[in-house]
Amino acid sequence: MFIVVAGAGKVGYHLARALVADHEVLLIELDPARVDFVSQELGSEVIMQGDACDAATMERAGMERADLIVAATGDDDDNLTFCQIAKAKFAVPRAVARINNPQNEELFSKLGIDATVSATNLILAHIEQELPWQGLIPLLTLRGRGLEIVEVRVPQGGLIVGRQVRDLLLPQGSLLCLVIDAEGTPRLPTPDTRIHADDVLVAVTNIETEEALRTALTASTL
Amino acid sequence: MDILIMGCGRLGAELAVMLEADGHSIAILDLDKYAFDHLPAGFRGRKILGDGTDQETLRRAGAEHADAFIAATRGDNRNAMAAQIARHVFQIRRVGSVIFDPIREAVYRDLGLRTINPTKIEAQLLRESIEREEE
Repeated sequence: MFIVVAGAGKVGYHLARALVADHEVLLIELDPARVDFVSQELGSEVIMQGDACDAATMERAGMERADLIVAATGDDDDNLTFCQIAKAKFAVPRAVARINNPQNEELFSKLGIDATVSATNLILAHIEQELPWQGLIPLLTLRGRGLEIVEVRVPQGGLIVGRQVRDLLLPQGSLLCLVIDAEGTPRLPTPDTRIHADDVLVAVTNIETEEALRTALTASTL
Repeated sequence: MDILIMGCGRLGAELAVMLEADGHSIAILDLDKYAFDHLPAGFRGRKILGDGTDQETLRRAGAEHADAFIAATRGDNRNAMAAQIARHVFQIRRVGSVIFDPIREAVYRDLGLRTINPTKIEAQLLRESIEREEE
């Protein structure tokens, strides 16, 4: 594949280094000192100096034959513009963007960026899985559908403890998919399934109704 | 109208004063507190220190209730991104953006943003001023 990467900072450089053996890779970088460094390390054919968001630079880079582009700079506005110009002007089939401000993840996918990677969100998800935290742990986002798969542990004294699944009031668009008991046995919930404290529930939810689902599953009398 | 302006450089400040004189209520954002020195002493609008490409900052500046948003910084990419946040996240109906690069401006116009390209406008005005003198 021919892969064009915007930004030869740490992320862009190490990405190019990992890809260069199997793919044709071209980095675009504004800072001449950084261009010199990468030329020395990976060869001058792997990098060009210029503004990656400038259409003339993109043309020189051969953008119209790129199979995949990666926006890897530390600025979300530059990453977004690079992907949007590449898609609109050069019909690049697939754009992957690094996201620095996690709030931008939804915006990018709404604007047609095919995949996003947010280091902040990845680290947050790991931290949340480690903590005995009474809330929803996001496991996976189903891109483009506004749906998320979440995990929650039923708290001691929770309002739903002892209830059957048929009696649970879940927000519209939420679906309980899996009940894992304290011994770690997973079960598909039926209307008769009874919820116990310390059960782990896995549910699909609309991102908008996530908060309502959290309240429905973890509200407590304590 | 409640109008939110990003960028308090000469352009943003001039625009804020004009719109305020028209009777609109203005909130203006900039990353640099000294940028607000471009505003005259009598300016009554809100000045908000912060990054207009940050959704939380825009919310703090009142984007949820704004009738119009204008991105008027010197950075094309920042302007395009903020304008798209205003439209797609905050559903602001009137969104204008300055884009200096004519190619980028054309792309964003095609994507549905209301864009102004100062480069093209200035070039046209300069051409007219020269050609007029030749007559």
